[in-house]
Amino acid sequence: MSHTTVAEIYIFILAAFVGYQIITRVPALLHTPLMSATNAISGISLVGSLVVAGSDRNTLATSLGVIAVACATINVVGGFIITDRMLKMFRPSAGSDQKGTP
Amino acid sequence: MSTRELVTDLTYLLASALFILGLRSLTRPQTARRGMQLAALGMLSAICGTLLHHEIVSYGLVFVGLGIGTVIGWPLGTRVAMTAMPQRIAISHMFGALAATLVGFAEYHSHRLEGRPLDRGTMGALGFEVLFGSLTVSGSFMAFGKLQELLPGRPITFRGQNALNLALFSAALGLFGLLVLDPTLALAFYLLVALAFVIGVSMVLPIGGADMPVVVSLLNSYAGLAASATGFAIDNNVLIICGALDGASGFLLSIQMSRAMNRSFRNVLFGAFGAAPSPSAATLEAKEMKSITAEDAAATLAFARRVVVVPGYGLAVAQAQQLAREMADQIERRGGDVKYAIHPVAGRMPGHMNVLLAEANVQYEKMVEMEEINEQFSSVDVAVVIGANDVVNPAAKRDPNSPIFGMPILDVDQAQRVFVLKRGKGTGFAGIDNALFFDERTSLIFGDAKSSLQKLVSEMKAL
Repeated sequence: MSHTTVAEIYIFILAAFVGYQIITRVPALLHTPLMSATNAISGISLVGSLVVAGSDRNTLATSLGVIAVACATINVVGGFIITDRMLKMFRPSAGSDQKGTP
Repeated sequence: MSTRELVTDLTYLLASALFILGLRSLTRPQTARRGMQLAALGMLSAICGTLLHHEIVSYGLVFVGLGIGTVIGWPLGTRVAMTAMPQRIAISHMFGALAATLVGFAEYHSHRLEGRPLDRGTMGALGFEVLFGSLTVSGSFMAFGKLQELLPGRPITFRGQNALNLALFSAALGLFGLLVLDPTLALAFYLLVALAFVIGVSMVLPIGGADMPVVVSLLNSYAGLAASATGFAIDNNVLIICGALDGASGFLLSIQMSRAMNRSFRNVLFGAFGAAPSPSAATLEAKEMKSITAEDAAATLAFARRVVVVPGYGLAVAQAQQLAREMADQIERRGGDVKYAIHPVAGRMPGHMNVLLAEANVQYEKMVEMEEINEQFSSVDVAVVIGANDVVNPAAKRDPNSPIFGMPILDVDQAQRVFVLKRGKGTGFAGIDNALFFDERTSLIFGDAKSSLQKLVSEMKAL
Protein backbone atom coordinates (compact mmCIF):
# COMPACT_ATOMS: atom_id res chain seq x y z
CA MET A 1 0.00 0.00 0.00
CA SER A 2 1.50 3.32 -1.04
CA HIS A 3 2.24 6.21 1.23
CA THR A 4 -0.42 8.35 -0.45
CA THR A 5 -3.11 5.75 0.13
CA VAL A 6 -2.31 5.55 3.82
CA ALA A 7 -2.49 9.34 4.12
CA GLU A 8 -5.80 9.29 2.25
CA ILE A 9 -7.25 6.71 4.62
CA TYR A 10 -6.20 8.96 7.53
CA ILE A 11 -8.00 11.86 5.92
CA PHE A 12 -11.12 9.80 5.27
CA ILE A 13 -11.35 8.54 8.83
CA LEU A 14 -10.71 11.95 10.38
CA ALA A 15 -13.26 13.62 8.11
CA ALA A 16 -15.85 10.95 8.87
CA PHE A 17 -15.19 11.47 12.58
CA VAL A 18 -15.57 15.24 12.31
CA GLY A 19 -18.74 14.74 10.27
CA TYR A 20 -20.16 12.38 12.87
CA GLN A 21 -19.40 14.79 15.72
CA ILE A 22 -20.96 17.76 13.97
CA ILE A 23 -23.97 16.06 12.53
CA THR A 24 -25.08 14.48 15.81
CA ARG A 25 -25.47 18.05 17.05
CA VAL A 26 -27.65 19.26 14.19
CA PRO A 27 -31.22 19.52 15.56
CA ALA A 28 -34.04 17.60 13.86
CA LEU A 29 -35.43 21.02 13.01
CA LEU A 30 -32.74 21.45 10.36
CA HIS A 31 -32.44 17.91 9.04
CA THR A 32 -33.88 18.68 5.62
CA PRO A 33 -31.56 21.68 5.07
CA LEU A 34 -28.73 19.47 6.35
CA MET A 35 -29.49 16.91 3.70
CA SER A 36 -29.64 19.44 0.91
CA ALA A 37 -26.47 21.04 2.25
CA THR A 38 -24.48 17.80 2.23
CA ASN A 39 -25.89 17.24 -1.22
CA ALA A 40 -24.63 20.58 -2.45
CA ILE A 41 -21.26 19.98 -0.81
CA SER A 42 -20.92 16.55 -2.37
CA GLY A 43 -21.26 18.38 -5.69
CA ILE A 44 -17.53 18.84 -5.10
CA SER A 45 -17.15 15.75 -7.29
CA LEU A 46 -17.33 18.50 -9.91
CA VAL A 47 -13.59 19.01 -9.43
CA GLY A 48 -12.94 15.43 -10.53
CA SER A 49 -15.36 15.74 -13.44
CA LEU A 50 -13.75 18.97 -14.64
CA VAL A 51 -10.37 17.29 -14.99
CA VAL A 52 -11.85 14.32 -16.86
CA ALA A 53 -13.81 16.60 -19.20
CA GLY A 54 -10.91 18.92 -19.93
CA SER A 55 -7.91 16.65 -20.16
CA ASP A 56 -8.61 15.52 -23.74
CA ARG A 57 -7.61 11.88 -23.27
CA ASN A 58 -10.12 10.21 -25.57
CA THR A 59 -13.57 10.91 -26.97
CA LEU A 60 -15.49 8.66 -24.61
CA ALA A 61 -13.76 10.01 -21.50
CA THR A 62 -14.33 13.59 -22.62
CA SER A 63 -18.04 13.02 -23.35
CA LEU A 64 -18.63 11.22 -20.07
CA GLY A 65 -16.67 13.94 -18.33
CA VAL A 66 -18.85 16.68 -19.79
CA ILE A 67 -22.02 14.89 -18.68
CA ALA A 68 -20.49 14.44 -15.23
CA VAL A 69 -19.64 18.14 -15.09
CA ALA A 70 -23.25 19.00 -15.95
CA CYS A 71 -24.63 16.60 -13.30
CA ALA A 72 -22.32 17.85 -10.55
CA THR A 73 -23.03 21.48 -11.47
CA ILE A 74 -26.75 20.82 -11.13
CA ASN A 75 -26.11 19.72 -7.54
CA VAL A 76 -23.81 22.60 -6.73
CA VAL A 77 -26.03 25.34 -8.18
CA GLY A 78 -29.41 23.86 -7.26
CA GLY A 79 -28.21 22.54 -3.91
CA PHE A 80 -26.81 25.76 -2.50
CA ILE A 81 -29.74 27.81 -3.78
CA ILE A 82 -32.42 25.57 -2.30
CA THR A 83 -30.54 25.26 1.01
CA ASP A 84 -30.43 29.03 1.25
CA ARG A 85 -34.10 29.27 0.30
CA MET A 86 -35.01 26.93 3.13
CA LEU A 87 -32.77 28.48 5.76
CA LYS A 88 -34.20 31.89 4.91
CA MET A 89 -37.62 30.64 6.03
CA PHE A 90 -36.54 29.61 9.51
CA ARG A 91 -37.20 32.70 11.57
CA PRO A 92 -37.17 33.24 15.32
CA SER A 93 -40.19 34.57 17.23
CA ALA A 94 -41.18 38.19 17.73
CA GLY A 95 -38.34 39.27 20.07
CA SER A 96 -35.50 39.22 17.59
CA ASP A 97 -37.78 39.47 14.56
CA GLN A 98 -38.31 42.85 12.95
CA LYS A 99 -42.11 43.30 13.16
CA GLY A 100 -43.26 39.74 12.52
CA THR A 101 -45.15 39.77 9.24
CA PRO A 102 -48.24 37.64 9.67
CA MET B 1 5.11 21.17 -6.77
CA SER B 2 4.47 24.08 -9.08
CA THR B 3 2.91 27.33 -7.91
CA ARG B 4 -0.18 26.45 -9.88
CA GLU B 5 -0.63 23.15 -8.10
CA LEU B 6 -0.06 24.86 -4.79
CA VAL B 7 -2.80 27.39 -5.52
CA THR B 8 -5.19 24.60 -6.51
CA ASP B 9 -4.43 22.70 -3.33
CA LEU B 10 -4.89 25.79 -1.20
CA THR B 11 -8.36 26.41 -2.68
CA TYR B 12 -9.21 22.80 -1.81
CA LEU B 13 -8.04 23.30 1.74
CA LEU B 14 -10.09 26.48 2.02
CA ALA B 15 -13.13 24.71 0.60
CA SER B 16 -12.81 21.78 3.04
CA ALA B 17 -12.56 24.15 6.00
CA LEU B 18 -15.54 26.21 4.87
CA PHE B 19 -17.63 23.08 4.25
CA ILE B 20 -16.97 21.81 7.77
CA LEU B 21 -17.74 25.22 9.25
CA GLY B 22 -20.87 25.41 7.09
CA LEU B 23 -22.14 22.09 8.43
CA ARG B 24 -21.29 23.21 11.94
CA SER B 25 -23.35 26.36 11.45
CA LEU B 26 -26.34 24.09 10.88
CA THR B 27 -26.33 23.17 14.57
CA ARG B 28 -28.12 26.49 15.24
CA PRO B 29 -30.82 28.06 13.08
CA GLN B 30 -29.46 31.56 13.75
CA THR B 31 -26.06 30.84 12.20
CA ALA B 32 -27.11 28.36 9.54
CA ARG B 33 -27.71 30.68 6.62
CA ARG B 34 -24.47 32.62 6.84
CA GLY B 35 -22.46 29.43 7.31
CA MET B 36 -23.88 27.81 4.20
CA GLN B 37 -23.26 30.94 2.16
CA LEU B 38 -19.61 30.73 3.17
CA ALA B 39 -19.62 27.07 2.16
CA ALA B 40 -20.89 28.11 -1.27
CA LEU B 41 -17.95 30.52 -1.53
CA GLY B 42 -15.66 27.64 -0.65
CA MET B 43 -17.18 25.65 -3.50
CA LEU B 44 -16.61 28.52 -5.92
CA SER B 45 -12.97 28.78 -4.91
CA ALA B 46 -12.46 25.03 -5.36
CA ILE B 47 -13.98 25.21 -8.86
CA CYS B 48 -11.76 28.14 -9.84
CA GLY B 49 -8.75 26.35 -8.36
CA THR B 50 -9.53 23.25 -10.42
CA LEU B 51 -9.75 25.22 -13.64
CA LEU B 52 -6.05 26.01 -13.13
CA HIS B 53 -5.25 22.27 -13.09
CA HIS B 54 -2.44 21.40 -15.48
CA GLU B 55 -4.26 18.39 -16.94
CA ILE B 56 -7.09 20.56 -18.26
CA VAL B 57 -6.06 21.48 -21.77
CA SER B 58 -9.34 22.25 -23.55
CA TYR B 59 -11.82 24.52 -21.87
CA GLY B 60 -14.62 24.72 -24.45
CA LEU B 61 -16.48 21.55 -23.48
CA VAL B 62 -15.81 22.14 -19.80
CA PHE B 63 -17.75 25.36 -19.98
CA VAL B 64 -20.51 23.70 -22.00
CA GLY B 65 -20.93 21.22 -19.14
CA LEU B 66 -20.90 23.97 -16.52
CA GLY B 67 -23.44 25.94 -18.57
CA ILE B 68 -25.84 23.02 -18.99
CA GLY B 69 -25.59 22.20 -15.30
CA THR B 70 -26.34 25.77 -14.29
CA VAL B 71 -29.33 26.03 -16.62
CA ILE B 72 -30.85 22.86 -15.16
CA GLY B 73 -29.72 23.45 -11.58
CA TRP B 74 -31.06 26.98 -11.29
CA PRO B 75 -34.78 26.15 -11.57
CA LEU B 76 -34.21 23.04 -9.41
CA GLY B 77 -33.04 25.44 -6.73
CA THR B 78 -35.43 28.33 -7.16
CA ARG B 79 -38.65 26.76 -8.40
CA VAL B 80 -39.19 23.43 -6.66
CA ALA B 81 -41.94 23.55 -4.04
CA MET B 82 -41.09 22.72 -0.43
CA THR B 83 -43.61 19.86 -0.47
CA ALA B 84 -41.56 18.32 -3.29
CA MET B 85 -38.31 18.37 -1.29
CA PRO B 86 -38.07 14.58 -0.84
CA GLN B 87 -38.17 13.86 -4.56
CA ARG B 88 -35.96 16.87 -5.23
CA ILE B 89 -33.33 15.46 -2.86
CA ALA B 90 -33.71 11.96 -4.31
CA ILE B 91 -33.07 13.18 -7.84
CA SER B 92 -30.04 15.18 -6.74
CA HIS B 93 -28.56 12.05 -5.16
CA MET B 94 -28.97 10.57 -8.62
CA PHE B 95 -27.07 13.42 -10.27
CA GLY B 96 -24.27 13.27 -7.69
CA ALA B 97 -23.86 9.53 -7.99
CA LEU B 98 -24.06 9.70 -11.78
CA ALA B 99 -21.18 12.18 -11.85
CA ALA B 100 -19.10 9.85 -9.66
CA THR B 101 -19.96 6.80 -11.76
CA LEU B 102 -19.15 8.50 -15.05
CA VAL B 103 -15.81 9.73 -13.75
CA GLY B 104 -14.98 6.21 -12.57
CA PHE B 105 -16.04 4.73 -15.89
CA ALA B 106 -14.04 7.27 -17.89
CA GLU B 107 -11.00 6.69 -15.71
CA TYR B 108 -11.12 2.93 -16.24
CA HIS B 109 -11.74 3.28 -19.96
CA SER B 110 -8.84 5.73 -20.43
CA HIS B 111 -6.41 3.52 -18.57
CA ARG B 112 -7.43 0.58 -20.70
CA LEU B 113 -7.13 2.55 -23.95
CA GLU B 114 -3.75 3.95 -23.03
CA GLY B 115 -2.53 0.49 -22.07
CA ARG B 116 -1.51 1.64 -18.60
CA PRO B 117 -2.62 -1.06 -16.17
CA LEU B 118 -4.26 0.13 -12.97
CA ASP B 119 -2.71 -0.82 -9.68
CA ARG B 120 -4.84 -2.80 -7.26
CA GLY B 121 -5.46 0.02 -4.84
CA THR B 122 -6.80 2.34 -7.51
CA MET B 123 -8.84 -0.49 -9.00
CA GLY B 124 -10.39 -1.14 -5.60
CA ALA B 125 -11.34 2.51 -5.28
CA LEU B 126 -12.72 2.62 -8.83
CA GLY B 127 -14.69 -0.57 -8.28
CA PHE B 128 -16.17 0.77 -5.08
CA GLU B 129 -16.96 4.03 -6.82
CA VAL B 130 -18.91 2.51 -9.70
CA LEU B 131 -20.58 -0.09 -7.46
CA PHE B 132 -21.97 2.45 -5.00
CA GLY B 133 -22.35 5.08 -7.69
CA SER B 134 -24.49 3.02 -10.05
CA LEU B 135 -26.68 1.49 -7.38
CA THR B 136 -27.32 4.97 -6.02
CA VAL B 137 -28.18 6.25 -9.49
CA SER B 138 -30.85 3.65 -10.15
CA GLY B 139 -31.98 3.47 -6.51
CA SER B 140 -32.43 7.23 -6.29
CA PHE B 141 -34.25 7.30 -9.58
CA MET B 142 -36.65 4.65 -8.27
CA ALA B 143 -37.12 6.61 -5.05
CA PHE B 144 -37.77 9.73 -7.11
CA GLY B 145 -40.33 7.84 -9.21
CA LYS B 146 -42.15 6.62 -6.12
CA LEU B 147 -42.15 9.99 -4.38
CA GLN B 148 -43.23 11.80 -7.55
CA GLU B 149 -45.89 9.10 -8.00
CA LEU B 150 -44.64 8.10 -11.43
CA LEU B 151 -44.34 4.61 -9.97
CA PRO B 152 -46.79 2.95 -7.61
CA GLY B 153 -45.91 4.02 -4.07
CA ARG B 154 -46.87 0.73 -2.47
CA PRO B 155 -44.16 -1.89 -1.90
CA ILE B 156 -43.65 -4.26 -4.82
CA THR B 157 -42.74 -7.64 -3.44
CA PHE B 158 -42.46 -11.15 -4.76
CA ARG B 159 -41.38 -14.53 -3.50
CA GLY B 160 -37.65 -15.03 -3.12
CA GLN B 161 -36.95 -11.32 -3.32
CA ASN B 162 -34.48 -11.30 -0.47
CA ALA B 163 -32.70 -14.34 -1.86
CA LEU B 164 -32.46 -12.65 -5.25
CA ASN B 165 -31.07 -9.45 -3.75
CA LEU B 166 -28.53 -11.44 -1.79
CA ALA B 167 -27.48 -13.33 -4.92
CA LEU B 168 -27.13 -10.10 -6.91
CA PHE B 169 -25.08 -8.51 -4.19
CA SER B 170 -22.80 -11.52 -3.79
CA ALA B 171 -22.27 -11.61 -7.56
CA ALA B 172 -21.32 -7.92 -7.51
CA LEU B 173 -18.88 -8.52 -4.66
CA GLY B 174 -17.44 -11.46 -6.57
CA LEU B 175 -16.85 -9.33 -9.65
CA PHE B 176 -15.32 -6.64 -7.47
CA GLY B 177 -12.89 -9.14 -5.96
CA LEU B 178 -12.02 -10.49 -9.40
CA LEU B 179 -11.23 -6.97 -10.63
CA VAL B 180 -8.97 -6.18 -7.72
CA LEU B 181 -7.06 -9.41 -8.42
CA ASP B 182 -6.83 -8.64 -12.13
CA PRO B 183 -7.68 -5.04 -13.08
CA THR B 184 -7.46 -5.82 -16.80
CA LEU B 185 -10.69 -7.82 -16.82
CA ALA B 186 -12.74 -5.18 -18.65
CA LEU B 187 -15.79 -7.40 -19.03
CA ALA B 188 -15.98 -7.84 -15.26
CA PHE B 189 -15.89 -4.06 -14.86
CA TYR B 190 -18.78 -3.47 -17.26
CA LEU B 191 -20.76 -6.30 -15.70
CA LEU B 192 -20.19 -4.79 -12.27
CA VAL B 193 -21.64 -1.47 -13.42
CA ALA B 194 -24.67 -3.17 -14.96
CA LEU B 195 -25.25 -5.37 -11.93
CA ALA B 196 -25.04 -2.41 -9.55
CA PHE B 197 -27.76 -0.67 -11.56
CA VAL B 198 -30.01 -3.70 -11.17
CA ILE B 199 -29.27 -3.87 -7.44
CA GLY B 200 -30.33 -0.24 -7.02
CA VAL B 201 -33.69 -0.99 -8.62
CA SER B 202 -34.34 -4.20 -6.74
CA MET B 203 -33.33 -2.57 -3.47
CA VAL B 204 -35.92 0.20 -3.66
CA LEU B 205 -38.75 -1.79 -5.32
CA PRO B 206 -40.02 -3.40 -2.11
CA ILE B 207 -40.08 -0.14 -0.17
CA GLY B 208 -43.30 1.75 0.39
CA GLY B 209 -43.88 5.49 0.40
CA ALA B 210 -43.91 5.84 4.18
CA ASP B 211 -40.48 4.21 4.47
CA MET B 212 -38.92 6.74 2.16
CA PRO B 213 -37.20 8.82 4.88
CA VAL B 214 -34.91 5.90 5.60
CA VAL B 215 -34.21 5.19 1.94
CA VAL B 216 -33.50 8.77 1.00
CA SER B 217 -31.06 9.12 3.93
CA LEU B 218 -29.38 5.86 3.07
CA LEU B 219 -28.94 6.86 -0.57
CA ASN B 220 -27.48 10.15 0.68
CA SER B 221 -24.87 8.13 2.51
CA TYR B 222 -24.14 5.92 -0.53
CA ALA B 223 -23.74 8.96 -2.78
CA GLY B 224 -21.20 10.30 -0.29
CA LEU B 225 -19.28 7.04 -0.22
CA ALA B 226 -19.14 7.01 -4.02
CA ALA B 227 -17.73 10.55 -4.00
CA SER B 228 -15.16 9.55 -1.41
CA ALA B 229 -14.13 6.56 -3.51
CA THR B 230 -13.66 8.92 -6.45
CA GLY B 231 -11.29 10.89 -4.27
CA PHE B 232 -9.28 7.75 -3.53
CA ALA B 233 -9.19 6.80 -7.21
CA ILE B 234 -7.94 10.15 -8.47
CA ASP B 235 -5.96 11.10 -5.32
CA ASN B 236 -8.04 14.14 -4.47
CA ASN B 237 -8.34 15.00 -0.79
CA VAL B 238 -11.23 17.44 -0.93
CA LEU B 239 -13.36 14.74 -2.55
CA ILE B 240 -12.42 12.27 0.15
CA ILE B 241 -13.32 14.78 2.88
CA CYS B 242 -16.67 15.81 1.38
CA GLY B 243 -17.63 12.25 0.64
CA ALA B 244 -16.86 11.27 4.22
CA LEU B 245 -18.95 14.16 5.59
CA ASP B 246 -21.82 13.27 3.29
CA GLY B 247 -21.53 9.58 4.08
CA ALA B 248 -21.50 10.20 7.85
CA SER B 249 -24.47 12.53 7.61
CA GLY B 250 -26.61 10.17 5.55
CA PHE B 251 -25.67 7.26 7.75
CA LEU B 252 -26.60 9.05 10.97
CA LEU B 253 -29.86 10.30 9.54
CA SER B 254 -30.84 6.86 8.35
CA ILE B 255 -30.15 5.41 11.80
CA GLN B 256 -32.24 8.12 13.43
CA MET B 257 -35.06 7.63 10.95
CA SER B 258 -35.07 3.89 11.36
CA ARG B 259 -35.23 4.30 15.12
CA ALA B 260 -38.17 6.63 14.77
CA MET B 261 -39.87 4.05 12.57
CA ASN B 262 -39.11 1.14 14.82
CA ARG B 263 -36.78 -0.64 12.43
CA SER B 264 -33.54 -2.23 13.47
CA PHE B 265 -30.09 -0.94 12.64
CA ARG B 266 -29.30 -4.15 10.76
CA ASN B 267 -32.32 -3.56 8.56
CA VAL B 268 -30.91 -0.20 7.57
CA LEU B 269 -27.44 -1.51 6.78
CA PHE B 270 -28.69 -4.13 4.43
CA GLY B 271 -31.54 -2.11 3.04
CA ALA B 272 -33.83 -5.05 3.67
CA PHE B 273 -36.76 -3.12 5.05
CA GLY B 274 -39.29 -4.31 2.52
CA ALA B 275 -41.59 -6.64 4.36
CA ALA B 276 -44.90 -4.95 5.06
CA PRO B 277 -46.21 -5.49 8.56
CA SER B 278 -49.05 -7.96 8.66
CA PRO B 279 -52.19 -6.22 9.85
CA SER B 280 -53.02 -7.34 13.36
CA ALA B 281 -56.43 -8.60 14.27
CA ALA B 282 -58.60 -5.68 15.21
CA THR B 283 -58.77 -5.61 18.98
CA LEU B 284 -61.12 -2.70 19.25
CA GLU B 285 -64.62 -4.07 19.32
CA ALA B 286 -67.48 -2.08 17.98
CA LYS B 287 -66.59 1.08 19.85
CA GLU B 288 -67.89 4.30 18.41
CA MET B 289 -65.81 7.25 17.30
CA LYS B 290 -67.21 10.48 18.65
CA SER B 291 -67.44 13.31 16.19
CA ILE B 292 -67.69 17.01 16.89
CA THR B 293 -68.84 19.95 14.77
CA ALA B 294 -66.37 22.63 13.71
CA GLU B 295 -68.46 25.15 15.64
CA ASP B 296 -68.09 23.35 18.99
CA ALA B 297 -64.42 22.58 18.38
CA ALA B 298 -63.76 26.23 17.55
CA ALA B 299 -65.37 27.37 20.81
CA THR B 300 -63.19 24.99 22.85
CA LEU B 301 -60.02 25.94 20.99
CA ALA B 302 -60.66 29.65 21.21
CA PHE B 303 -60.56 29.58 24.99
CA ALA B 304 -57.87 26.95 25.48
CA ARG B 305 -54.71 28.08 27.24
CA ARG B 306 -52.29 25.49 25.93
CA VAL B 307 -52.77 23.91 22.55
CA VAL B 308 -50.46 21.52 20.74
CA VAL B 309 -50.85 20.96 17.02
CA VAL B 310 -49.73 17.54 15.82
CA PRO B 311 -49.15 17.71 12.07
CA GLY B 312 -48.82 14.55 10.01
CA TYR B 313 -48.18 13.87 6.38
CA GLY B 314 -51.90 14.28 5.68
CA LEU B 315 -51.51 17.98 6.46
CA ALA B 316 -48.86 18.33 3.79
CA VAL B 317 -50.89 16.33 1.28
CA ALA B 318 -53.84 18.67 1.83
CA GLN B 319 -51.48 21.68 1.58
CA ALA B 320 -53.07 23.03 4.74
CA GLN B 321 -49.97 24.25 6.67
CA GLN B 322 -50.94 27.87 6.14
CA LEU B 323 -54.44 27.24 7.52
CA ALA B 324 -53.04 25.42 10.54
CA ARG B 325 -50.99 28.51 11.31
CA GLU B 326 -54.05 30.75 10.87
CA MET B 327 -55.88 28.59 13.41
CA ALA B 328 -52.91 29.00 15.77
CA ASP B 329 -53.00 32.77 15.20
CA GLN B 330 -56.62 32.82 16.30
CA ILE B 331 -55.80 30.95 19.51
CA GLU B 332 -52.79 33.16 20.23
CA ARG B 333 -54.84 36.30 19.61
CA ARG B 334 -56.92 35.29 22.62
CA GLY B 335 -53.88 34.71 24.76
CA GLY B 336 -53.49 30.97 24.31
CA ASP B 337 -50.18 29.28 23.70
CA VAL B 338 -49.66 27.09 20.64
CA LYS B 339 -46.85 24.66 19.96
CA TYR B 340 -46.27 22.15 17.19
CA ALA B 341 -45.25 18.60 18.06
CA ILE B 342 -42.99 17.21 15.36
CA HIS B 343 -42.49 13.46 15.09
CA PRO B 344 -39.19 12.59 13.38
CA VAL B 345 -41.00 10.87 10.53
CA ALA B 346 -43.92 13.27 10.24
CA GLY B 347 -42.95 14.08 6.64
CA ARG B 348 -41.47 12.12 3.78
CA MET B 349 -37.87 12.90 4.72
CA PRO B 350 -35.99 13.88 7.88
CA GLY B 351 -37.07 17.33 9.07
CA HIS B 352 -39.53 17.79 6.23
CA MET B 353 -42.42 18.93 8.42
CA ASN B 354 -40.26 21.67 9.98
CA VAL B 355 -39.53 23.10 6.56
CA LEU B 356 -43.20 23.01 5.58
CA LEU B 357 -44.21 24.81 8.78
CA ALA B 358 -41.40 27.33 8.44
CA GLU B 359 -42.66 28.06 4.96
CA ALA B 360 -46.07 28.78 6.48
CA ASN B 361 -44.40 31.36 8.76
CA VAL B 362 -44.38 29.27 11.92
CA GLN B 363 -41.47 30.43 14.09
CA TYR B 364 -38.99 27.68 14.78
CA GLU B 365 -39.13 27.99 18.59
CA LYS B 366 -42.69 26.71 18.39
CA MET B 367 -41.72 23.48 16.69
CA VAL B 368 -40.92 21.06 19.47
CA GLU B 369 -39.21 17.71 19.06
CA MET B 370 -40.87 14.54 20.26
CA GLU B 371 -38.93 13.90 23.51
CA GLU B 372 -39.44 17.45 24.72
CA ILE B 373 -43.14 17.78 23.93
CA ASN B 374 -43.97 14.37 25.38
CA GLU B 375 -43.08 15.67 28.85
CA GLN B 376 -45.63 18.44 28.42
CA PHE B 377 -48.71 16.72 27.02
CA SER B 378 -50.34 16.14 30.40
CA SER B 379 -50.63 19.89 30.93
CA VAL B 380 -52.01 20.52 27.46
CA ASP B 381 -55.66 21.58 27.18
CA VAL B 382 -56.23 20.53 23.60
CA ALA B 383 -54.12 18.54 21.18
CA VAL B 384 -55.14 18.96 17.54
CA VAL B 385 -54.06 16.03 15.41
CA ILE B 386 -54.08 16.89 11.72
CA GLY B 387 -53.54 14.12 9.20
CA ALA B 388 -51.42 11.99 11.52
CA ASN B 389 -52.27 8.46 12.56
CA ASP B 390 -49.57 5.89 13.31
CA VAL B 391 -47.28 8.40 15.06
CA VAL B 392 -49.98 9.02 17.69
CA ASN B 393 -51.19 5.43 18.04
CA PRO B 394 -50.93 4.36 21.70
CA ALA B 395 -50.78 0.72 20.57
CA ALA B 396 -47.08 1.36 20.00
CA LYS B 397 -46.78 1.50 23.79
CA ARG B 398 -49.53 -0.81 24.99
CA ASP B 399 -50.06 -3.64 22.54
CA PRO B 400 -47.12 -6.02 22.12
CA ASN B 401 -48.93 -7.69 19.22
CA SER B 402 -49.20 -4.52 17.22
CA PRO B 403 -46.86 -4.25 14.22
CA ILE B 404 -45.83 -0.78 15.38
CA PHE B 405 -45.16 -1.89 18.98
CA GLY B 406 -42.00 -0.20 20.24
CA MET B 407 -42.16 2.71 17.82
CA PRO B 408 -41.67 6.02 19.62
CA ILE B 409 -44.87 8.06 19.46
CA LEU B 410 -46.21 11.42 20.49
CA ASP B 411 -48.13 10.94 23.76
CA VAL B 412 -51.20 12.77 22.55
CA ASP B 413 -53.46 10.55 24.68
CA GLN B 414 -52.11 12.38 27.77
CA ALA B 415 -53.73 15.68 26.77
CA GLN B 416 -56.97 16.85 28.42
CA ARG B 417 -58.82 16.83 25.12
CA VAL B 418 -57.90 15.64 21.67
CA PHE B 419 -59.34 16.81 18.36
CA VAL B 420 -58.52 14.66 15.38
CA LEU B 421 -58.96 16.02 11.87
CA LYS B 422 -59.43 12.97 9.75
CA ARG B 423 -60.46 12.31 6.20
CA GLY B 424 -62.60 9.23 6.85
CA LYS B 425 -63.03 6.34 9.23
CA GLY B 426 -60.24 4.26 7.67
CA THR B 427 -56.99 3.11 9.25
CA GLY B 428 -53.54 4.64 8.81
CA PHE B 429 -50.66 3.62 6.60
CA ALA B 430 -49.82 0.55 8.65
CA GLY B 431 -53.45 -0.56 8.34
CA ILE B 432 -54.08 -0.79 12.06
CA ASP B 433 -56.76 0.60 14.31
CA ASN B 434 -55.90 3.52 16.50
CA ALA B 435 -57.24 3.40 20.07
CA LEU B 436 -56.70 7.14 20.36
CA PHE B 437 -59.63 7.73 18.02
CA PHE B 438 -61.95 5.78 20.32
CA ASP B 439 -60.77 7.41 23.53
CA GLU B 440 -63.47 9.25 25.46
CA ARG B 441 -61.43 12.45 25.48
CA THR B 442 -61.09 12.36 21.72
CA SER B 443 -63.44 14.01 19.28
CA LEU B 444 -63.13 13.66 15.55
CA ILE B 445 -63.71 16.25 12.87
CA PHE B 446 -64.26 14.36 9.64
CA GLY B 447 -63.41 15.77 6.26
CA ASP B 448 -60.53 17.03 4.19
CA ALA B 449 -57.93 18.72 6.45
CA LYS B 450 -58.06 21.88 4.40
CA SER B 451 -61.82 22.42 4.53
CA SER B 452 -62.04 21.38 8.20
CA LEU B 453 -59.37 23.89 9.14
CA GLN B 454 -61.04 26.51 7.00
CA LYS B 455 -64.27 25.99 8.93
CA LEU B 456 -62.46 26.09 12.28
CA VAL B 457 -60.72 29.32 11.42
CA SER B 458 -63.86 31.10 10.23
CA GLU B 459 -65.83 29.89 13.26
CA MET B 460 -63.10 31.21 15.54
CA LYS B 461 -63.01 34.53 13.75
CA ALA B 462 -66.77 34.84 14.21
CA LEU B 463 -66.58 34.23 17.97
